[in-house]
Amino acid sequence: MKYAKFLIIGALFGIVLTKGEVISWYRIYEMFKFQSFHMYGVIGSAVAIGVILMILFKQGIIKSYLGENIRVAPKRKGISRNLIGGTIFGLGWALAGACPGPMFILLGRGAIAISIVILGALLGAFLYHSVKSKIPH
Amino acid sequence: MDFLLQPWPWYITGPMISLILFLLYFAGKSFGVSSNLETLCAIGGAGNFLDYFKFDWRKNSWNLVFIVGAILGGFISYQWLTPTEVIALNPQTIQELSAIGFEHAGESFLPNEIFSIDAILSIKGFFILLGAGFLVGFGARYAGGCTSGHAIVGLSNLELPSLISVIGFFIGGLLMTWILIPILF
Repeated sequence: MKYAKFLIIGALFGIVLTKGEVISWYRIYEMFKFQSFHMYGVIGSAVAIGVILMILFKQGIIKSYLGENIRVAPKRKGISRNLIGGTIFGLGWALAGACPGPMFILLGRGAIAISIVILGALLGAFLYHSVKSKIPH
Repeated sequence: MDFLLQPWPWYITGPMISLILFLLYFAGKSFGVSSNLETLCAIGGAGNFLDYFKFDWRKNSWNLVFIVGAILGGFISYQWLTPTEVIALNPQTIQELSAIGFEHAGESFLPNEIFSIDAILSIKGFFILLGAGFLVGFGARYAGGCTSGHAIVGLSNLELPSLISVIGFFIGGLLMTWILIPILF
């Protein structure tokens, strides 16, 4: 039962990204074409509120439900890692029109083709760890 | 109820994503979808090939439950909450897509040219989907995060690595959208 809350939060996530059309290939395409404000508004407003949440977490004004301080793990530094990895991710994001979250949401919609994309993503994650000692970070 | 059936504008969707972020941290966890790819590899037996995947994936169970929830959310919204998939695309986008062979743009969430059964049964179509997924999975783990971990959480936390990653997302995305997609299709 301790996992039930994550099932509910996940379902909410799936519904939100569907209702906001974030799972649509076309919304990603038009974002990269700069032909609509929609995705910029979605990410921008999420980040704007996120900035405030992070400050409230750090100052201990918002604590976890157990009363503990909320700590947000820092991201690993490295220009190559972030720039090259990010560029590779962006190529796939624009082609599939879906990042990892929407992939799973689309699976729930019965989009069979997305299972091939997910399979590819698993192969990609596996191969990254196979070659990571040989590529720049 | 009417509100639930209409598409949501950005100023509802964005704050709702912040709510997801809040709920996950309030529950003592974090927000990052792509790390599940590694967990799924570990469950699938990747540890037999690479020591990295020998980690105890059970500690990430909550995140797997989260994506199972996302699948469920996709199903719920498909069944009951999206009476229409028509998207109000910019007419210019529709016209430009038509010019590279994408018909009926915006009449559903996904273009038939990439996601239809016919497309996935062709060799080219299959490898486009597999390759797109491969780039997402490889790139996300290389960069240490995807849209949730870098673009939402990382930028909210004013992380320089996330800003660099998001710049990378755009370099790759622009390259694909403006140059490679017209060549591929």
